[in-house]
Amino acid sequence: MTDESSTPDWMTGNGDGGCQCLSAGHTRRESAIQKSVIGMSHAIRNSLFSERVASRPGLLQETDPRVKTAGLLGLLVATSFLRNWYIILAIYGLTLVMASASSISLLFFIKRVWLFVPVFAGIIALPSLFNIFRPGDPLFTIWDFGRELSLGPLSFGTTLAVTHQGLKGAVVLILRVATSVSLAVLWALTTHWADLLKALRVFLVPRIFLLILSMTYRYIFLILGLATDMFTARTSRMVGSSSPREDRRFVASSMATLLGKSHTLSEDVYSAMISRGYTGEPLTIHRFKTATGDWLWLGAIILFGIAATGSDRLLG
Amino acid sequence: MHIPDGYLSPQTAGGMWALVVPAWYWAGHQLKRTLSARQAPLVAIAAAFTFVIMMFNIPLPGGTTGHAVGGVVIAIVIGPWAAVIAITVALVIQAIFFGDGGILAIGANSFNIGFICPVVGYYAYRFLSGGAATDSPRRWLAAGAGAWLGLNAAALFTAIEFGLQGELFTAGDGSALYSPYGLATAIPAMMVPHMLVVGTIEAVTTSLIYVFMIKTNPGLLDNYANLKSQAVGGYKLRPLITGIVLLLVCTPLGLLATGTAWGEWGTEEIGNEIGYVPEGMEKFARRWEGFLPEYAFPGSQKAVVAEGGDAGSEDKGIAAFEAVVSTEETPVSLEGVAESTPAYLISGVLGLLLVVGVALMTIRVLAGKSRDKEQLD
Repeated sequence: MTDESSTPDWMTGNGDGGCQCLSAGHTRRESAIQKSVIGMSHAIRNSLFSERVASRPGLLQETDPRVKTAGLLGLLVATSFLRNWYIILAIYGLTLVMASASSISLLFFIKRVWLFVPVFAGIIALPSLFNIFRPGDPLFTIWDFGRELSLGPLSFGTTLAVTHQGLKGAVVLILRVATSVSLAVLWALTTHWADLLKALRVFLVPRIFLLILSMTYRYIFLILGLATDMFTARTSRMVGSSSPREDRRFVASSMATLLGKSHTLSEDVYSAMISRGYTGEPLTIHRFKTATGDWLWLGAIILFGIAATGSDRLLG
Repeated sequence: MHIPDGYLSPQTAGGMWALVVPAWYWAGHQLKRTLSARQAPLVAIAAAFTFVIMMFNIPLPGGTTGHAVGGVVIAIVIGPWAAVIAITVALVIQAIFFGDGGILAIGANSFNIGFICPVVGYYAYRFLSGGAATDSPRRWLAAGAGAWLGLNAAALFTAIEFGLQGELFTAGDGSALYSPYGLATAIPAMMVPHMLVVGTIEAVTTSLIYVFMIKTNPGLLDNYANLKSQAVGGYKLRPLITGIVLLLVCTPLGLLATGTAWGEWGTEEIGNEIGYVPEGMEKFARRWEGFLPEYAFPGSQKAVVAEGGDAGSEDKGIAAFEAVVSTEETPVSLEGVAESTPAYLISGVLGLLLVVGVALMTIRVLAGKSRDKEQLD
């Protein structure tokens, strides 16, 4: 597989020069199709990048996938139980250490985690800082209404204040989300997809489910390719702009066409599988071998997890 | 609507896994009957399709764009149970590879988006379309309405899961540990945009896809009916399920009983009965507490007393406690029973699902082992 998807650069907005007709003048109307193409091309780039990171030498890449999955998921569960934000911060610190030991650039890792989910969590948590959404002890008052402010049956109290409880709750939520996302990113980035699926077999995930997962992952790229081709064909034949109504019809008809194509494809794949001796019972080969280093790593993670949950209980 | 990790308490996330595992099991059973060996390629490619169309931007009036799930369309073509597995697989890949939704929250997301959305949507579509012909307007209108209903049912479940965090899981000083809003905020905040915008996108897109398929590929709309007519085997689960539901509905009757079952005394009752609490019992009594102590929500009056009570609510709590689970011959308060019934029912449902889930997993493992052995032999 090459690094680049087959999508022309001028469609994803990465090209310099050439036809700028999509981004000039009619941005608003054309953006839906362009946005889909950009999103799909990012998905392909992302997964290729993950596979590359998983091939680099590093701590987590060299750990047995089963041991790594158990350790990181264990930490994820421990993080969900913690109440004290200092301890959650300590686990977050551990993810940074593991990332740098696994040849992942810290700047990239922090950006990947903080640019998206915790910012989103921050927006959700923002109203909860104020006493009108969640009562609590005022930390600092922003506005004293002077009287009880009410709107119909809703009463907002006499002041608008940031509460101690609101701030603490928001910090805990954002840190917990960031730490959980970091652990998940570490797991996905440092494990080859095929190894990750085999590791899940140890956790009693049924074989048929894993077979479906692995086939899905493979066919996502094929169907993404079909979809981008459809969009490329459409955009390359466009002169002028189309109405949003027309675009909606186009998107819906593309979905229907894609559904038809996918269905035919599944019939073909089924015939191909049957002709190669598939009976409905998937078989897998395990070739994992654990080394002392794997058990040392798991032991360290377990100790860290126990220390974190224990001190969380003590500190309250 | 994809819930990230950190928003749900582990108790809720675990409870959602317990709810979704039986749904997966049932879906798997249905797939075996209708699709047999065909299930892997069909479901896998349907999952890949779901994943891809969730990335399509749909233009909205006003210049913005939105997304659709397409759960009902997939359910119409490959059947509701295959759709459950296909959407679940797409969600798992989104969570692991693209950080869209949490890993621990896969249970909750699969239940809301992967199970509720296609199943509610598909059966609403079936009900609303009646016996109308495949190409009649009633069909595509029903598909749109089903999509709207399915999506909003999923949003409602998500909102309830969020809202329960604000209600139940707070630290000692009242600060939130997970999602900070209660049900009264979470439900309107989720439902208003979903009922007005997100649900409408889903409905319009579904209807448009349906109309397009009538014109270009009508055979696909009857695909599931054809698959079903070829189905083999199967056994009747209805009487068993009816029995279990009846038993569940009857669980709160236990609240009316006075006294404690013989041998199930708490340390307090032992103290009252025999005058002292044996040392070992005292030592181990507080080692383990369930996540729904005394079959009540943590933080409710009943649970507060069970945990030892705090100074402020002790009197009130004890009064409620005595009214509900009195060990003396005091009359049973109907108010107390009404207050405890929802928590008791939820405990019953969770307990039952957990037991069924564990039993099914055990059967799977044992069956898998014996199969492996056969293959080796």
